[in-house]
Amino acid sequence: MSRIAEPRPIDPDLPLVQAARNGNFDAFEKLVARYERQIYTLALRIVGRSQDAEEVVQETFLSVVQHIRDFQERSSFHTWLVRIATNHALKLLRKRKGQAAVSLDQPANDSDDAPLPHPEFIAEWADEPSRLALRREVQETVDRALAHLDEKYRVVFVLRDIQELSTEETARLLGISVANVKVRLLRARLMLREQLTRLYGDPQRRIVHRHDHDQ
Amino acid sequence: MKCEDLLKAMNEYVDGQMDLAVCKEFEQHLAGCNPCQVVVDNIRKTIRLYKDGQPYELPPEFCQRMRQALRDKWKQQFP
Repeated sequence: MSRIAEPRPIDPDLPLVQAARNGNFDAFEKLVARYERQIYTLALRIVGRSQDAEEVVQETFLSVVQHIRDFQERSSFHTWLVRIATNHALKLLRKRKGQAAVSLDQPANDSDDAPLPHPEFIAEWADEPSRLALRREVQETVDRALAHLDEKYRVVFVLRDIQELSTEETARLLGISVANVKVRLLRARLMLREQLTRLYGDPQRRIVHRHDHDQ
Repeated sequence: MKCEDLLKAMNEYVDGQMDLAVCKEFEQHLAGCNPCQVVVDNIRKTIRLYKDGQPYELPPEFCQRMRQALRDKWKQQFP
């Protein structure tokens, strides 16, 4: 049995990244092919419009070309890529808001300190997520639900639950506190649960929750 | 533990980041509260549904344009 110290998790992209860093364009193109759909989907979920999402994807990979020699492997390549893409997406959103004639006010009760949304529609789902996920119309429906969330909840959910960044990485990337990330993620999950359960919960097994119940 | 407290601690439980003592209290509540059990299950399934989704396809014309832009930029960076 080996006595070498526990190695850090190996970044599966490292061989291609290292080749690209040495000027191998083929290797870089392979990285693009590996991640472009994922980055496009991430961008689309943040910015909402496909043309804008395309711009984010292109800017992201242009940035990678520009900075690949600076990539120091302190994080995985995937995390670095997600960071770049998220920054471009948020910059685009800021630019879009700046151009809006009327500022986009947040709804009055939409603050991190407001009470948590209480589950109203509670029911077992009629089908398993793995089966639901195969259906194109389900994909579109769940992404519509995501698009309805306020940006600050949507972005945290996308980074934490879909891109699987850690709480700390998410906080750093967005320039908010760890506590903010946690609260926003909770609110996002509860709001999405509510919407999706209304769609995919079995109405015949709906539970009417008594709010005075406690133990 | 009341249902309201459970809601606040939901993330830690679902993410498996709860300390043992609180986890026990949480599970004790769940054992006697079907609505809360279902809410926890709903949240797990909600997250799973997004994770299992397929990424969207990029329009082929865009891919071609982007490849060209990347090639041009590459030549600048790696002359």
